[in-house]
Amino acid sequence: MLGEGIIKGMAETARNFLGSYVSDERLTTVQYPEERIPQIENARQFPFLVFDGDDPMKGMRCVACQICEKECPPKCIYIVKSKDKKPDYKNQQQFYPATFDIDLSVCMSCGICAEVCPFESIKMDTEFELSTTDRFGGLLVNKHQLAKSNGHYRKIHPGDAAASDAALAAELAKAQAKAKADVEAKAKAAAEAKAKAAVQPTPAT
Amino acid sequence: MDQIFVALKHWLLGQLATILPAWLLPVVSALMSIAAIIGVFATLFAIMTILERKGLGRIQNRYGPNRVGPFGFLQPAADGIKAIIKEDVVPRAADKVVHFLAPVVLVIPALLVYSVLPIGRNMVAIDLDAGLLFFFAVGAASELAVFMAGWSSRNKYALLGAMRAVAQMVSYEIPLILSTISVVMITGTLSPVKIVEAQSTHAGLLPDWFVFTPWGFAGFILFMISANAEANRSPFDLPEGESELVAGYFTEYSGFKFALFFLAEYLGLFAVSGLGITLFLGGWNSPFAALDFVPSWAWFFAKLLGLIVLFIWTRGTLPRLRVDQLMNFAWKFMIPMVLINLVAAAAWHYVGGGFARWFVSGAIVLGSYLLLGRGLFHGKGITKRTYRYAE
Repeated sequence: MLGEGIIKGMAETARNFLGSYVSDERLTTVQYPEERIPQIENARQFPFLVFDGDDPMKGMRCVACQICEKECPPKCIYIVKSKDKKPDYKNQQQFYPATFDIDLSVCMSCGICAEVCPFESIKMDTEFELSTTDRFGGLLVNKHQLAKSNGHYRKIHPGDAAASDAALAAELAKAQAKAKADVEAKAKAAAEAKAKAAVQPTPAT
Repeated sequence: MDQIFVALKHWLLGQLATILPAWLLPVVSALMSIAAIIGVFATLFAIMTILERKGLGRIQNRYGPNRVGPFGFLQPAADGIKAIIKEDVVPRAADKVVHFLAPVVLVIPALLVYSVLPIGRNMVAIDLDAGLLFFFAVGAASELAVFMAGWSSRNKYALLGAMRAVAQMVSYEIPLILSTISVVMITGTLSPVKIVEAQSTHAGLLPDWFVFTPWGFAGFILFMISANAEANRSPFDLPEGESELVAGYFTEYSGFKFALFFLAEYLGLFAVSGLGITLFLGGWNSPFAALDFVPSWAWFFAKLLGLIVLFIWTRGTLPRLRVDQLMNFAWKFMIPMVLINLVAAAAWHYVGGGFARWFVSGAIVLGSYLLLGRGLFHGKGITKRTYRYAE
């Protein structure tokens, strides 16, 4: 009969209307500034530079290799390599970025920089409230603003941070083993040379 | 209490009579009525926008606006301020004079029709003998304004929207007017005040409102459907059709002119609801004799709010019709139905009292409803749609 469906529909909307006052499950709205839902672990928004220890500039892992700058699809990263060197976590002398700027207005949050970085140095942050009142300077983020501690990384991406820490620890162990082996080999070589010298005295000429 | 506003006006006029010349008094009296009508119904417009947005939100399991003021009830004030301070953009190719006049021409008839609506006992701006005729004659002018808006914008979507609007409004004007004819037939008058008086008696449990008769009930439903279409509201909001025509005939309007279109739309809706109350729901009469102590104007506005809730409810329920469905519904169902309703009203008058007239009138209405409803679906082959990928 004509109008039957309309009556059914009206009943349905009335049920929705009244139900929204009774049960909170119906209302899926998250009232954002006051309420927040926890972010999923794989959330990514904008890159940051990881540092170890307390001093951001001293502990920064970045060695200014510029791979991320070259790989960045929208070319939003700008790096200037330093003239001098500083020791990294393996106590090797490395370059560091004298300038490391990312243009927030250009970045498309793809995370390719974090993927290609061989030094576990650039990672994706979950912070998304990045608006500023200054659309030129405010959107150009420099290395002091980008530097965030490894503790922060562990907090926002626990799984990835653990993997990253493990990779770095393995690197360190390898480097240490190599250094140890080098020292031993050197000592051995020195000892051998000494022994050789002892066994075979230099012929007098 | 019932006559408080009438008494207030008389007292004010009495005070002014001492300082103003006699020839000015009728003008002042008219201005006072106009100010009251504009003030009350513009406030009602503000209340309805927030009620509608919150109601629709709840129907869709959302909160609706809840930021401005307590529970968001100051939202209309914020919207009004926003509309006033916005830039008024006029397209370069537009016909500037007509473009400016269209919203004004739309609002004026929307306000004029209130002059014949009896809002309470002795509360009618002009007690015209042909008030009903005046209402429809003035109300029909809104079509002109709609077409002015669409044409002067020089925008194909605005023009399309205006064409749709005019086609729809002309089509639904006929059932709107014809559905009121049955009331005129029974009461024998075109004056809204006399029509309300004809419904002021109580017969048994129910009051003598026309909605409690077979022809009156059918007429009321038909009237409300046509009113919905006349006001361009969902499910008949094709002229606006925000998903396909941006905003229809007022695409090229911004700022307060845009707000005026909304104001006119809602004022028209209130006016036509008010007329529906006057004709079918007993006007300002109370439903039971025991409730007569409540002021008459309170009854009118209570009924008006009830109808507004009904409009919001249908808007939240029904999806928009297609143009061909809209026209089919108007010409193949609404118009035959209102014509048959006239016969039902005549039968009610001539069959004589008692159960017989209920039976005859009801049978005519119900039978034609069933047959016409079937006719509307005839040859459509409407079956339950099956979805291959969804579900």
